[in-house]
Formats: sequence, structure tokens, C-alpha cells
Amino acid sequence: MALNIALKVNDLDNVATVFVNGIEANDQVEVRDSKGNRYPITVSGPIPYGHKLAIDDIAVNSLIIKYGEEIGICSKPIKKGDHVHVHNLDSMRGRGDL
Amino acid sequence: MEFMGYVRPDGKIGARNLVGIIPSVVCANDVAQAIVRQVRDTVGFFHHQGCCQLPPDLERVTDTLVGLGLSPNLGAVLVVSLGCEGTDHRRMVEAIAATGKPVEIIHIQELGGTSRAIQEGTDLAQKLVQKISGIQREALDISNLIMSIKCGASDATSGMASNCVIGYISDKVVDLGGTVIFGETTEFIGAEHILARRAINKEVGDKILEIVDRMEARAKSLGSDMRKGQPTPGNIEGGLSSIEEKSLGAIVKSGTRQIQGVLEYQDIISTEKGLWIKDTPGREPEILTGMACSGAQVMLFSTGRGAPQGFPCMPVIKICGNPNTFQHMQHDMDINAGRILTGEKTIEEVGEETFKLMLDTLDGRMTKNEALGYFGSIDIHTLGPVI
Repeated sequence: MALNIALKVNDLDNVATVFVNGIEANDQVEVRDSKGNRYPITVSGPIPYGHKLAIDDIAVNSLIIKYGEEIGICSKPIKKGDHVHVHNLDSMRGRGDL
Repeated sequence: MEFMGYVRPDGKIGARNLVGIIPSVVCANDVAQAIVRQVRDTVGFFHHQGCCQLPPDLERVTDTLVGLGLSPNLGAVLVVSLGCEGTDHRRMVEAIAATGKPVEIIHIQELGGTSRAIQEGTDLAQKLVQKISGIQREALDISNLIMSIKCGASDATSGMASNCVIGYISDKVVDLGGTVIFGETTEFIGAEHILARRAINKEVGDKILEIVDRMEARAKSLGSDMRKGQPTPGNIEGGLSSIEEKSLGAIVKSGTRQIQGVLEYQDIISTEKGLWIKDTPGREPEILTGMACSGAQVMLFSTGRGAPQGFPCMPVIKICGNPNTFQHMQHDMDINAGRILTGEKTIEEVGEETFKLMLDTLDGRMTKNEALGYFGSIDIHTLGPVI
């Protein structure tokens, strides 16, 4: 059976990327790092394939880290297990799509 | 750690022992092609530049062709000149000969046209192939490795699987004392400030910002803003939340080590080791030429949709992040990094497997695109108008 994998690329990251379809609230995913260390997290809502999951609580105005670097700033309080995307993450370089 | 390479007269180390047939101008391509078809162990560089261009571009094309001629994977070179081209064919031959590499030249106009040039060129290429065919491989330290990296025909898996594998290998090669070169300046946009932080000093950091500005200014001069619309609606639907995230997904290929310097497109890598940037576009024919011109012996190429092409004198290893594409295009894809996303393997495990395949490739094992001969379309990145 397929595992519910969420990949954490860099040790500094506070998000992991989900690689399974149909993840819903209260589902468990297995967070894995580049070395294969793994632990479970329960998600708080649906997360589509390729989208991000918070693996820590993230406070407003703190950095959201992926690849060990900042991909944006937190715009709404984020709890561990939450979907992280444009609704709670702001680009620090301006949103070219708006 | 060692690999089996060819020691060239100037001390450079090659992973292949081919004769390069290099047209000095697009008008010489058909003659060069006929020679390549006839004489085994030759490779042709059928670009579309070399005349009716502004002087800076003609200089750049000449420099790039010199860089290709000096590729350590070529044991000898035949330059095929028309006679009236804008590139400096004399300088090409002199620069290649100065390194001790055997080099010959033919001029189509002087020889009396196509058929005579093909005959003379075939005879010369045959002689060059025979001359270098007895050179033996020697065991050489891995610090002689110059690895180039690139991603193309990407999808949502590239930034999380195949590019992370290349990032792992980049760090490993730098730590072993080798050289890594990455490019694709267009993909730095939005994360150039993060990349600049990794520069060895402020000068190099400023240069990184400068090449991004320069490239954006060229797009603006044509009325296009490259930041606008990024990330695209499709990117956002796919899970990318910011331009930083999109660009970092490409930059992760370069690993995490300090950036030693920035090369111009036509530059040859210096003797300094470590991680370098080359200012290149992302499109395959131009970036592959730029990387081979640097002196890279091999390229790691990440893909998700399935990019099949290689390069005439540089083995290209295809690392596919998408497990479905790997199955579907398994005769073009060398490594299945999609197993990271299905949970079968870790980034480090696929990284080690790919590193081992790269060592075998340096020793002489052909990549899939090499064995298929899928490397006919190359080009040189120029900046100005064609006149």
C-alpha cells in the first residue's frame, strides 16, 4: 500500500511537501528527511498533492523555511499539521501574480 | 577516490576521447555533417551562428567555439570554415593548438566547394581519429572532476526529488575537491538575494545580482517583465506559494556550499575548484553548449516531464523525479528519483546511486542519450540582432 509521504528537504525546514493524493483532515502523513528519518503528523485539513504542510507551529511574521531558506513570511497563525500556501504565506519579493 | 580519464597535453582531464568537427559558421554545417557521418568517433557541433552579427556576438561565438575545441573530452579538432565568415577561425586554431591538442582546418571556398571540402575534411578527420585512438585511460583523482548541472522539462517533482539528488551530489563533489558549475540565470529571479548570501565575498555576491539585473533588463527592452505572473496560476495550483519557493526549487540543485565566482557564458573554468555559477539561459541547446565550453566532462540533468537530449562531447545523465515518466520513458531516463516520492528510497540513497553511475560514466560507460546519439541540436547563446 502507498505511504502518505511528506518530504522535508533540509533540516532547517518548518514545512514538508505532501506527495499523495486525497489527504483529508485527521489523516496521518509520514514526514521524511533526506536521510530517511521519519515521524508521523496528523493534518488539520485537506492538503493537495505537491502542497506544503507545517511541521511546527509558525507565528505571524516569522519565516517559512523550505530548502533551508526563506520562501516567505507567515501572514496568519499556523499550527503544526496545517496546510501552508498563499492564504497564510506572503512572498517577501512581491506577488507577481496579483 | 578515482576515475579513469584521458590526460590531455595541457594537463586537462577528459572522460571521452573524441574528435570534434567544429563548423566556424552555420554555413559550414552540411560539410561538417558529411564528415561526421563518414568518420567514426567524431562528433559535430552544428550551431547556427558565426556571421552577420555584431562584433561582440562574433567575439562571443569565436570564444565559445574555442572553449568547445578545448573540451577535455575532445582529443583532437577539425575546424570547418567557409572562408568569409565573421568569426575568427584563425584565432580558433591558434588557441586550440597552443594547448598542444592536434587541430586542423579546412576552408570550403578555398578548396573549391562542398564535395572537395568533404573529401579533404574526411581525410583529415580520419588521420586525427587514428592519431588519438591509442591514448589510454589513467586512474586520476576525483578532484579533477568538473561537473555541470541543469534541470529541464520540469514538473512538480523536480524541486523535491531530482533537483535535491543533484544538490546532494553537488555538495559531495565540492567536498571531494572537485568543481561544480550551475547556470540558468532566469531561474534565480526572486531568490537571487538568497543565492548572493552564499557567495564567497561581496564582489561575487554583487556579480550574482548583476547577471540577474542584466538578464531582466534585456527582457524589459523587449517590453517583457519576467517577474510578472510568477508564480503562474498553474504553479500555485500545484502548490508553489511564492517566487522564492519556485526559484529555490531550481537552485537546490547547486547544494549548499559557498559560490566561488561567476563565469560569463563563453568563459572556460579556471583552475580554482568548488562551486561556480555560469551566466546562461535555461534552454537546452544553449546551456549545454555553455557548460561544455566551460570544460565540464559530464552533466547531471534533472527532469520530470522527460527531456531526452544530450550533448556531442559531454555525457548527460538524466535524473527523473517523476516515477511515471521514468517508467514511460525508461530508454531516455538514466535514474529514477521518483522512488523518493513513493517512499522507496531517500534523497541520500538515490544521490549515492547517481554518484556511482556518474563515476562509471566518467570511466567510459555511455549514458542513454549518448548511446542513442541524441545530441544533434546545439546552439550558442548570443545577445544582439542578426543582421
